Amino acid sequence: MVPISYYLVLSAILFALGVVGFLIKRNLITLFMSIELMLNAVNLAFVAFAWQWKSLNGQVFVFFVMVVAAAEAAVGLAIIIAVFRTRETLNIDRVNLLKL
Amino acid sequence: MLSITTFVIVTVIKIVIALVVLLTAVAYSTWLERKVVGHIQNRWGPQRVGPFGLLQPLCDGAKFILKEDLTPPYVDKPLYLAAPILSLVLALTSIALVPIGGWITVSGVHTPLEITDVNIGLLIILGITSLSVYGVALAGWSSNSKYSLLGSLRASAQMVSYEIALGLSLVGVLIMSGSLNLRGIVDAQGGHMAFWIPRWNIFRWPTQIVAFFVYLTAAFAETNRVPFDLPEAETELVAGYHTEYSSMKFAMFFMAEYANMITVASIATLLFLGGWHGPLFGPGWLQAILPVFWFVLKVFCFIFLYIWIRGTLPRFRYDQLMGFGWKVLFPIAVANVLATSLIVALQK
Amino acid sequence: MLELVLFFVFGTIAVGAAINLLAQRHPINSALSLIVVMASLAALFLLMGAEFLAAIQVIVYAGAIMVLFVFVIMLLNAGEEERTPGSRVAMLLGFPAVVLLAGLVAWTLLARNPHPVPVDLAGRFLGSPAAIAQLLFRDFLLPFEITSILILIAIMGAVVLASPAGTTTGSGSPDQPPARREE
Repeated sequence: MVPISYYLVLSAILFALGVVGFLIKRNLITLFMSIELMLNAVNLAFVAFAWQWKSLNGQVFVFFVMVVAAAEAAVGLAIIIAVFRTRETLNIDRVNLLKL
Repeated sequence: MLSITTFVIVTVIKIVIALVVLLTAVAYSTWLERKVVGHIQNRWGPQRVGPFGLLQPLCDGAKFILKEDLTPPYVDKPLYLAAPILSLVLALTSIALVPIGGWITVSGVHTPLEITDVNIGLLIILGITSLSVYGVALAGWSSNSKYSLLGSLRASAQMVSYEIALGLSLVGVLIMSGSLNLRGIVDAQGGHMAFWIPRWNIFRWPTQIVAFFVYLTAAFAETNRVPFDLPEAETELVAGYHTEYSSMKFAMFFMAEYANMITVASIATLLFLGGWHGPLFGPGWLQAILPVFWFVLKVFCFIFLYIWIRGTLPRFRYDQLMGFGWKVLFPIAVANVLATSLIVALQK
Repeated sequence: MLELVLFFVFGTIAVGAAINLLAQRHPINSALSLIVVMASLAALFLLMGAEFLAAIQVIVYAGAIMVLFVFVIMLLNAGEEERTPGSRVAMLLGFPAVVLLAGLVAWTLLARNPHPVPVDLAGRFLGSPAAIAQLLFRDFLLPFEITSILILIAIMGAVVLASPAGTTTGSGSPDQPPARREE
């Protein structure tokens, strides 16, 4: 018997780690992975609430979140490849001017 | 039904038996491959160690254990060690979901002939197949050498591309069976249709034979076997992603490849060839063993097909390989799903 | 009892791997930590009865999206992050920020939950593929079709963005030899 609040607290911790990772990391790809971590934490919260309200809508929404995350990962990584090709660096501190 | 301790003891016994049988099967499928490919190439294959060379796998195992275990100094050590372990563990795990026969009763315990019976068994096996890409990718990356990296990137791209055709070709069978449970899918194939033709999925609709061939081709690509074995071709890339590995770690990759072959052959048997259904005859104890025998016979036919094709066909070039997977197999698999759903919907 | 133990095991693995994701300097190690997070989340989904979602999490997220990440990291090979003074300050500020933010989110989620239902499976699975398919292809059919268009747009965008400059517009730069004809 696991109280539902345990799952929600775990989701909150993972989300917070994702946000802080997004703010303090400098490598573009690691930033992107922090976003994926945030999305995963949100998925966990959705499934927890789906259990709470005994409704499968939460789980279907997780399905859609995964699809959107997949599309976003594909396009985001393509952008990262394009950035690397032009600026030769993945450090976000050096990608701060429109001029090359 | 069963008490907890009985269940745990029975499961542990089943796991031990399954692992021992699987590892022996892996070892002897290497012997079979060398013999069959040898005969196809008009030579004998191993024949000096024991009768017909049957002790060859034992000698190979001893050689791998006693060989010097080189770790090149420029590799990324944690990933270098983790990659073969990951490959082997994932390859051996999928045997836990494969049912070999019906239910048997041994000394009062009535148990199914599989380690676990999961409602989504087929999805879990597909998930394990998806994860085994990492073993290959990490092996090439951690080896820190250009042949390894190229080989592993090619192998990973190939495996990911053909996974799609693999999964889609199974959707037709799933639509007809209505369940992802492997035991349920096999049970739906019992009995006979008109005359003597068994109700195997491969015979049922005109579309399933197409799905069967798509599955077979995608399975060849998933397990990196000829004609799709460019990532580990000796003449092209030294040895691809396992160039820098020696002795036991290389043996782990080797065993993982054969274990993957056996897993894929088992899935093909369960989904398309009716699993353990076959003519039953004889006294009671024989009737309990015969399903297992039919299952093993069908898996053996698939392994033989793998080895036969290895000895016969040349390999694809990489761009031909990727083009084939995306432009030919994927549309055929999608068309198969459409046709099967149309037929099933019209039946209702 | 067993569920509590399993929850703590997989929860600890998830949090540990997430912290490792932030602590590692090379992106490949971060990617592998993220895969561990996703796998342990799949186990937690299974503990909550969402069996289809657990399998999809492994197949799609850990087995396809993360493979994409690992490919890009291996191809670009940009190396480790540098340790600048700014990054040390960021790490010092990061730990209390995590605690603060986690507390805030957790309080928001829990305060508006009047009737918490404990997770207790007792042999009943809630999210079987059949049940989810009923919802997905009837009530949520329109979003499902729209996501298929979304994926098509993403594929086209990724192909255009990642291809080398000049090959998709059809006009190569003047000092390159003309492209070979494919046979």
